[in-house]
Amino acid sequence: MSEAAVEKALDQKMNTVPYKMIGKDVSVYYGEKRALFDVNLNIRENTVTALIGPSGCGKSTFLRTLNRMNDTIENCRVSGKITLDEDDIYDPSIDVVELRARVGMVFQKPNPFPKSIYDNVSYGPRIHGLARTKAELDETVETSLQKAGLWNEVKDRLHEPGTGLSGGQQQRLCIARAVAVSPEVILMDEPCSALDPIATAKVEELIHELRANFTIVIVTHSMQQAARVSQRTAMFHLGNLVEENDTDKMFTNPDDQRTQDYIMGRFG
Amino acid sequence: MTEIASPTVKVSTRPAESRRDIGIKRRYAAERRFRFYGIIAIVIGLFFLAVLLWSVVSKGYTAFLQTTITLPIEFSEKVIDPKNERATDPKQLMSANYPLLVREALVKQLGLDPKERPLVKQATDMVSASARTQLRDIVVADPSVIGKTIPVTLLAEANIDSAFKGQIDLKVDESKRKVKDQQVAWMNQLADAGALKKSFNTGIFTFGASSRPEAAGVGVALIGSLYMMLIVLVLSLPIGVAASIYLEEFAPKNRLTDLIEVNINNLAAVPSIVYGLLGLAVFINFAGLPRSAALIGGLVLTLMTLPTIIIATRAALKAVPPSIRAAALGLGASKMQTIFHHVLPLAMPGILTGTIIGLAHALGETAPLLLIGMVAFVVDYPGSPLEPSTALPVQIYMWANEAERAFVERTSGAIIILLIFLVFMNLGAILLRRRFERRW
Repeated sequence: MSEAAVEKALDQKMNTVPYKMIGKDVSVYYGEKRALFDVNLNIRENTVTALIGPSGCGKSTFLRTLNRMNDTIENCRVSGKITLDEDDIYDPSIDVVELRARVGMVFQKPNPFPKSIYDNVSYGPRIHGLARTKAELDETVETSLQKAGLWNEVKDRLHEPGTGLSGGQQQRLCIARAVAVSPEVILMDEPCSALDPIATAKVEELIHELRANFTIVIVTHSMQQAARVSQRTAMFHLGNLVEENDTDKMFTNPDDQRTQDYIMGRFG
Repeated sequence: MTEIASPTVKVSTRPAESRRDIGIKRRYAAERRFRFYGIIAIVIGLFFLAVLLWSVVSKGYTAFLQTTITLPIEFSEKVIDPKNERATDPKQLMSANYPLLVREALVKQLGLDPKERPLVKQATDMVSASARTQLRDIVVADPSVIGKTIPVTLLAEANIDSAFKGQIDLKVDESKRKVKDQQVAWMNQLADAGALKKSFNTGIFTFGASSRPEAAGVGVALIGSLYMMLIVLVLSLPIGVAASIYLEEFAPKNRLTDLIEVNINNLAAVPSIVYGLLGLAVFINFAGLPRSAALIGGLVLTLMTLPTIIIATRAALKAVPPSIRAAALGLGASKMQTIFHHVLPLAMPGILTGTIIGLAHALGETAPLLLIGMVAFVVDYPGSPLEPSTALPVQIYMWANEAERAFVERTSGAIIILLIFLVFMNLGAILLRRRFERRW
């Protein structure tokens, strides 16, 4: 089967794709302020799920509950239940370090470490003990950079600083860095908002390819991007999940009037 | 076409323009005035710096030259060991009449009559009394010199040194100055013969305290300061960095940590003499540690330096972009790994700069050391931080209280040495910062 055919088959069978992560009654509080109201959203395996909605609607907050990055924020409290496969990720027996190795993250602004390209990619495998020898590590670095479509551009300067790359390359380096840990889910928080259209196109293409091996959740402000890269789309508004649907349906015939209005640009 | 032409006509006749021009002129004038004030402030600062350096250097540079007199000293057995007891009684060599050797050499050199006691006394006064220990050390180190005549370079007495450097006004009546005409004549005679000359003063770097200026140096004080700097570095860097990391990265933000933060900031502003009192009460009275020891000085200066280091380190940690922490945490690094692999290396330039500035501050600190008994007349090098010692700025303070002309130049000389150390430490801070600085 060709790649396009696989995609089509996947798209058609979307409703039968198993869930990778299940969010049940997820609420988030920042101190007294409630940012998410009982969100029930499930993430399907090997699918790109786009989270859209106006600024401050809680989509990034929800994304960050998925790998417990909210833990780092003081006064932040999460209630409800989120599972990854069968594991409740807020269960005290779950180690947050291990969770984040399974659920990787790419941030809004490219944030490579001020180290070499090689060190950037090899850092994750190194701290998780994924490579036993130098050769294994080299291989992980190479395959990760290849998966991120960056290998050909940087293979001759692996030991130059990652901060010297262009913005788009830096973001793909960050994706390679996340991929190197072999996560199951990759969370992307507006990964293209700091990039020019060409770099954005490359990252979108990359997201498309990564879908075969990873489950991807992407927060985006761009309707077009959500339409281009995702199979499922979830619309947030004022901390509530408004609607979650197949991307095609969402952008052509949404069930909720608010989704319609947002997509048409009436608010947001 | 007319549509394009009409707006240009409008612009040229806009009446608001003239009013706006006045505002712009005033703003530019304000900016020029502000720049002028800035330049004046810098000029005033540079002027006082120049005055300070000029006064210190012009007074102090002569301290790095010392007049010496080279005399052929006959180590006669008759004087040193008349009864030939040195094999059985080692004290004989220690207590021999070495000044007599100098007197005999001078009498011979200047062609004096040994019986004219006052004249001979004037001649021997030209040589520093430190000649006794110098000759003794030569003999004790190598007793085989006894019986031989060898040329020895002795220090000139401080007043002769001053006179030879032209610092004493010889027109003043002889009775009102410390150098007599006869001594000046001999001085010139010896200088013509090449026996008396100025040379680089290594003694100021190696000697300890002495009541004779020509034999006084900052060597012992330097060692004391070095011990203290090592103690301060070894204690305050790890304690300060650990405290900062805990407060900045781990501690919950609550009333208690707010209180701690306010107190640390206040401690940085506490006068240093208060730390001296604290050291006196805690380390000497309570813990019973020895007085005047570099260890206590180091501990007190550590307490004084800690707030500076903590504040600098916290600022450096805060300056590390949160995106770096997020990146590491997002990869599954633990908090500890995030801090030690990413945050700390990026904060390093700031931490080192803060530490070195703190150390430089501690190096120049005098007041707390006065209270813990480090204003001490220490002749011998301290073998350990527990032995009595003194510090460079304390030595300057002590010399500044001396009346002799030669101590005035030595005070300035010691200030120059201290300033050189401070300049090197600050240079080190700049170099380290350059070396570790990375872009992100």
